[in-house]
Amino acid sequence: MTIATTATAAYIVAALFFIRALAGLSRHESARLGNTYGMLGMAVALIATVALTIDGDIGLPAFGLLVAAVVVGGLIGLNRAKAVEMTAMPELIALLHSFVGLAAVLVGWSGYLHVEHHPDGEEAVKLAREDMLGIHSAEVFIGVFIGAVTLTGSVVAFGKLSGKLKSAPLMLPGKNALNVAALVAFVALTVVFVIEPDPWALVAVTVVALLLGWHLVASIGGGDMPVVVSMLNSYSGWAAAASGFLLGNDLLIIVGALVGSSGAYLSAIMCRAMNRSFLSVIAGGFGLEAPAASGDDQGTHREISAEETAGALAAASSVIIVPGYGMAVAQAQAPVAALTARLRDHGVQVRFGIHPVAGRLPGHMNVLLAEAKVPYDLVLEMDEINDDFGTADVVLVIGANDIVNPAAEEDPASPIAGMPVLEVWNARQVVVFKRSMATGYAGVQNPLFFRDNTHMLFGDAKERVDDILQALTPVVGRPKAGARS
Amino acid sequence: MIIGVLKEDPPGERRVAVTPDTVPQLQKLGYEVVVESGAGAGAGFPDDQYEAAGAAIGDATAADVVLGVNPPAPGQLDALRPGATLIGLLNPRLKPELVEDLAKRPITALSLDAVPRISRAQAFDVLSSMAGIAGYRAVIEAAHEFGRFFTGQVTAAGKVPPAKVLVAGAGVAGLAAIGAAGSLGAIVRATDPRPEVADQVRSLGGDYLAVAEPEPDDTPDTGYAKEMSDDYNVRAAALYADQCREVDIIVTTALIPGKPAPRLITAEMVATMRPGSVIVDMAAANGGNVEGTVPGERVVTDNGVIILGYTDLAGRLPAQASQLYGTNLLNLMKLMTPQRDGQLVLDFDDVVQRSMTVVREGELTWPPPPVSVSAAPAKTQPAREVEADAPESKPDPLLRRLGVAVAAAATFGLIALSPAALQVHLTVFALAIVIGYYVIGNVHHALHTPLMSVTNAISGIIVVGALLQIGTGDAAITVLSLAAILLASINVFGGFAVTRRMLAMFVRS
Repeated sequence: MTIATTATAAYIVAALFFIRALAGLSRHESARLGNTYGMLGMAVALIATVALTIDGDIGLPAFGLLVAAVVVGGLIGLNRAKAVEMTAMPELIALLHSFVGLAAVLVGWSGYLHVEHHPDGEEAVKLAREDMLGIHSAEVFIGVFIGAVTLTGSVVAFGKLSGKLKSAPLMLPGKNALNVAALVAFVALTVVFVIEPDPWALVAVTVVALLLGWHLVASIGGGDMPVVVSMLNSYSGWAAAASGFLLGNDLLIIVGALVGSSGAYLSAIMCRAMNRSFLSVIAGGFGLEAPAASGDDQGTHREISAEETAGALAAASSVIIVPGYGMAVAQAQAPVAALTARLRDHGVQVRFGIHPVAGRLPGHMNVLLAEAKVPYDLVLEMDEINDDFGTADVVLVIGANDIVNPAAEEDPASPIAGMPVLEVWNARQVVVFKRSMATGYAGVQNPLFFRDNTHMLFGDAKERVDDILQALTPVVGRPKAGARS
Repeated sequence: MIIGVLKEDPPGERRVAVTPDTVPQLQKLGYEVVVESGAGAGAGFPDDQYEAAGAAIGDATAADVVLGVNPPAPGQLDALRPGATLIGLLNPRLKPELVEDLAKRPITALSLDAVPRISRAQAFDVLSSMAGIAGYRAVIEAAHEFGRFFTGQVTAAGKVPPAKVLVAGAGVAGLAAIGAAGSLGAIVRATDPRPEVADQVRSLGGDYLAVAEPEPDDTPDTGYAKEMSDDYNVRAAALYADQCREVDIIVTTALIPGKPAPRLITAEMVATMRPGSVIVDMAAANGGNVEGTVPGERVVTDNGVIILGYTDLAGRLPAQASQLYGTNLLNLMKLMTPQRDGQLVLDFDDVVQRSMTVVREGELTWPPPPVSVSAAPAKTQPAREVEADAPESKPDPLLRRLGVAVAAAATFGLIALSPAALQVHLTVFALAIVIGYYVIGNVHHALHTPLMSVTNAISGIIVVGALLQIGTGDAAITVLSLAAILLASINVFGGFAVTRRMLAMFVRS
């Protein structure tokens, strides 16, 4: 039993812990335990690796620097984790993706400096004997390429999500050709580099990948961010896996593959929820042909006041709330949660219907509602609740638009035709909270607003919900005739 | 612009076109509101309520936009400013002399009862809202005259059978009557030549009595009932004759726009009804559905049947009627004030506004071109397009299988060409992807954000790679590795901590 075999054993244990961590997230009850398993796995992996490093005689100064880097990085991470607003989760996650990407680039460059840069060095000679030198060069390239795409892609996503960059898609002429050209350049440079490991080729591929990552995400609009963020999640995994290949480390390969397939799976869910292919999202351009549909012949919408809404809610026996990103923008989660609690005290059944692409991250709405202390068993997925709208008395649509658009089901000519939507219009009454009659992200007019059973409640969602709460106090104060048990 | 609210002229009219509730909303559109003194008194809105809402009390006829319920009295008409716009229930179909008179004046006149029956015009369809009120009131009037309970009861004093109510015509008024009578406990039946209303009748607790098979029909649909054929009328008469012998209350609502009301109940049928029975003829103003109706009067027949021919049923609920009328009118003003700047704009390209316009700036525009109502959207054509598209969007299963085979062969070839050392890693890689796919597939939708932050944390495992490189001694490598370690540590610690924080938020109820 050497240090090396012990470390390998520890890596396998760590990998199993990580798998257990992801499995734990399948249910609310086991999720916290899952996270603990993840931390355990990371601790095992780190201890084993540090032991290996010490065994490799790195010397005290380098070891001190190493510890300092871990401590500083850890403190920054813990601090961010503590400070971040839940509405800013997408930004944080995008930023963390960019770190993985940058780390993968750095690892790739180190790999180059360590091996190819010294063609007569110990490692290079050893790899050449195993006929692996060319493979190593290719691995360096792949790792740097994926890492760099992840880096700039995540930075742009971060900028768009945090409002530092405009969320409108960038429209360069021949953007698909540009992407394909970048891929071709990558393959060509790889071949060049494998034959003759020239540092300039590595610099060139880094630049190409950085530009590609920037362009890919810059040409995708703000509303597609859930797909983009999960796609970048996937990329960060593949970047880690590529580093694993580079270093011949199975733990990195396993974890990279787990993360990579996790992100790909989430992207697929998001795309299905928007009824679009992954490629079409990557290629961008959705919603550009949309403005053809005008709201002119749709009819007239009817307004409702907060007081009237409060009356309808107090008289209802079943209420479903459909939140969208607009709720998060208006910071209306807390009043919505208070409204939920008030209505439930009054004996009204309140549930939430969450569309997979509501929010800016998969599952973002759930986290926002959980933060506002809405019990998670009231928060249902689209498939779980879609059949229940018919029996609901009142549906409150708060800051959502395209995900409740009946045109997706009824108008085959609509740009969002075929996208699964929440069938709120089946309820007795629908109240839509909206700032104005503007169209949603997809630029498609929503016939829901003109339905007979739909009323519009205009204004800031937070203020309106507060108004309803205020109006509800006297109404709900009275016991209802024939109160339910 | 200034909006003037008329005091209604016809004696007994208690409704008013604008209520104190709608005054501030009209002001929000940019208008000033002037209310004639006492205009709302009949509906229970005294002048001081209007003043409190921000309206002025004064001469409404001098305003730019004059709102009323009924056509103004000749004196009021004469007082209108040139260029003024008059909006109200002018009833141009049945009052050609009024139309002629209006056309002689330099004004614009819009009639609310000429709103076409299309769904987007429902917000200002006054006829519907008035009909709903009238239908309710018709049942209340009948209950008032009827000497017995509506609901059946078993009391110590004996058993009381429930009253039987027949509602002829299940339009807006009919449905309101069915609902009102049903909630008083009566057994309600309804007839209507349009079989598609059967579900609406049942949803309100009534029984739908079908007259006979519907006939094929190719006249343009205007959303209103039409005159029926002779054959149909014979069968309908038999049905009514049967019902008259059975029921206690009849409410008739049958109207055909621009034509006298159809005669549904003859004097012979009335004669077969039990004494004390009540008929409310809601079509009395248009000639009546019942033989013997006197518009506006209560008539008792020789056999003791009471026929009510009140023509002001909606006006008998003045506060409610004014409120709905006022809201309809407000919706119309919103439509016609697109800039919200207090400037009324009449858009003749809009079919609703065109249909309502009787006179435009002194020029007769009545009758408007007909508007066809599309109750069912034409869906068939786009559906066919989709079918045509379908084969293109979904690749041929054979091609798909071929693609999978090619991909598998390519993967196989690549791996087969790899050196043995790489193949071990590729094995691990492939298995890990499959495990990842199945594990992630089980993750609850609600936990996707924590999943992402956890995967973020564990992809910080790249720190292991950086740690392994740091020991190589090269200064450049050490610097790069340290930077990578720092970044990856942010991920590891930040990712796990934020996941912990999120998961702690999820609580069960």
